[in-house]
Amino acid sequence: MIELIDDYYAYWFCFLLLTIGLYGVIVKRNLVKKVIGLSIFQSAIILFFIIAAYKDNSTVPILDPRIEVTNADAYINPLPHTLMLTAIVVGVATLGVAFALLIRIYGKYATLDEDTLMERMK
Amino acid sequence: MILGHLAVLSIVFFFFGALIIPLVSRLGGWVPHAVAVATSAIVFVINATNLGYVLSQGTIRYALGGWQPPIGIELVLDPLSSFFVLLLAGIAVVVLWHSRYPAAAELPGRTAPFYSATLLMLGAFSGIVLTGDLFNLYVFLEIAALAGYALLGGGSARAAVATFRYLIFGTVGASFYLLGVGLIYLGTGTLNMADLSAIMAVTGVEPLLVIGFVFIITGVGLKMALFPLHLWLPDVYASAVSSSTALIAPLGTKVAAYILIRILYFVLNPDLSRFQLPFTQVLGILGAAGIIWGSIMAIAQKDMKRMLAYSSVAQIGYIALGIGLGNTYGFIGAVLHTLNHACMKACLFLVSGNLMAAGRSQSIDELDHSLRKSMPWTSLSFTIAALSMIGLPPTAGFFSKWYLLLGSIENSAWIYVLVIVASSLLNAVYFFRVIERLYLPRGEAATEEAPVVVADNRLSLVAPVVFLAVLLVVLGLGNVVVVRQLIQPMLPAGF
Repeated sequence: MIELIDDYYAYWFCFLLLTIGLYGVIVKRNLVKKVIGLSIFQSAIILFFIIAAYKDNSTVPILDPRIEVTNADAYINPLPHTLMLTAIVVGVATLGVAFALLIRIYGKYATLDEDTLMERMK
Repeated sequence: MILGHLAVLSIVFFFFGALIIPLVSRLGGWVPHAVAVATSAIVFVINATNLGYVLSQGTIRYALGGWQPPIGIELVLDPLSSFFVLLLAGIAVVVLWHSRYPAAAELPGRTAPFYSATLLMLGAFSGIVLTGDLFNLYVFLEIAALAGYALLGGGSARAAVATFRYLIFGTVGASFYLLGVGLIYLGTGTLNMADLSAIMAVTGVEPLLVIGFVFIITGVGLKMALFPLHLWLPDVYASAVSSSTALIAPLGTKVAAYILIRILYFVLNPDLSRFQLPFTQVLGILGAAGIIWGSIMAIAQKDMKRMLAYSSVAQIGYIALGIGLGNTYGFIGAVLHTLNHACMKACLFLVSGNLMAAGRSQSIDELDHSLRKSMPWTSLSFTIAALSMIGLPPTAGFFSKWYLLLGSIENSAWIYVLVIVASSLLNAVYFFRVIERLYLPRGEAATEEAPVVVADNRLSLVAPVVFLAVLLVVLGLGNVVVVRQLIQPMLPAGF
């Protein structure tokens, strides 16, 4: 049990962050707070990939003349980092579209609170 | 030389079209529409060639940029994926052809961004279908979703509210998918579907991978609007611009259904997802629940587009049920229903677009039989598509339901048999309600009538609708050819 916490504590924090993000998306009634929750949720997944790429006693994946070329274990895994670069771009684009929609909604209904919005839409 | 690159051409053409439209839109108002239709038509022809080649010569694997898989990203053209790209290019040609006047009327001065986003979405859909790489699929999924948000939320402020809700659901779904991909990458160290399948055949499926697949299936279920994850769908479809709905309703959810088929039957060993893990059973139950729920909600709707949107939830249920049955008939039924439903829903939403273009209300209570005289072809096409939705022979809808019934009987799943038969009755209730208003005069209105204004006068509004209606009958009569020639070759191993 102790090993589970000791070896994987980064993952525990990561999943805590995921839960916080999902909580924000589901429970908060303000639309901007929902977007913030969404952003936390996406960031947690990005952190999850980054944590997964980490190895103890290894260095950044840039060719180092002091390390033999064949010794791949001395470098951390660069693939998740590159994947997450793409995921960050996707996340930024999603945030942009979300805020564009929110500006449209606010311009018409002058509120971002979900309950007030539902009343004004009737 | 170009033959070697056929696999990537659909994506390239769509994205190129999306980029070129803003540049050439200054040449004239008609140019974006023409470019969009021409691009879809070219992709349709390319994929008709591809499908013929794949069926006779076998699967094409294309390594993007010359990087060999599993390191690089590959595109896979097999009978299943080439069929789906052909389907989406075909529907795109018909719907975009129709969209010329509705889009110009509903989005004045904004047709260039509309067509640009449309082609971006279609390119991303082809990418989802063609790619053989799990992470690449995520990227295309998000490109399609972002372009889709723009298309759906671009109209009224009401559409913006519905689309915002869709954005929240859709992004959570895509994030679940990404999390699942991450877990699978941790477990196997690969993102390539074929490689993953080969690795899992040796190592077996560990709990970590099962959790990954559960995340992926949940995420895709959200995108597909699988019951009970369908809550975003009716509002979005009902409030969006009619051309966007007519394009996204037949295609968007089908592409997600394709991902499910790909993951459950091609990435995972079919025996595993059918008999050892409860994936397909859960899918079947949710599909059946969605069929009943969607049909009942459709009966309760007063607005035509909302009714069609709820009926979409039910039809997605049929596809999920077919995938969930996990036998040959179920698989054939699911794929055939994807084809049929794409044609039916496109036809029905185009009819609703024609009503709007003629200045008619979308409210079912306000439909009357004067419509039959002013829009004879539109009314007739609506009737054929509605009969097909109900599942009356010889229209196409009957045959896909027939295969689903055969599949349920083969599994001795009598409750599914009951659900399919009952839902046909429910479909009849909500479609005959409309057909009755179109063809039978109401008592008091039957006397003197205002002179009939024929609104079915634009070829580009009528011809696509009639074409789809005729296609539904042709597909129904020719279903043996479709099943034998196209669907049988795509059956996964072990069926």
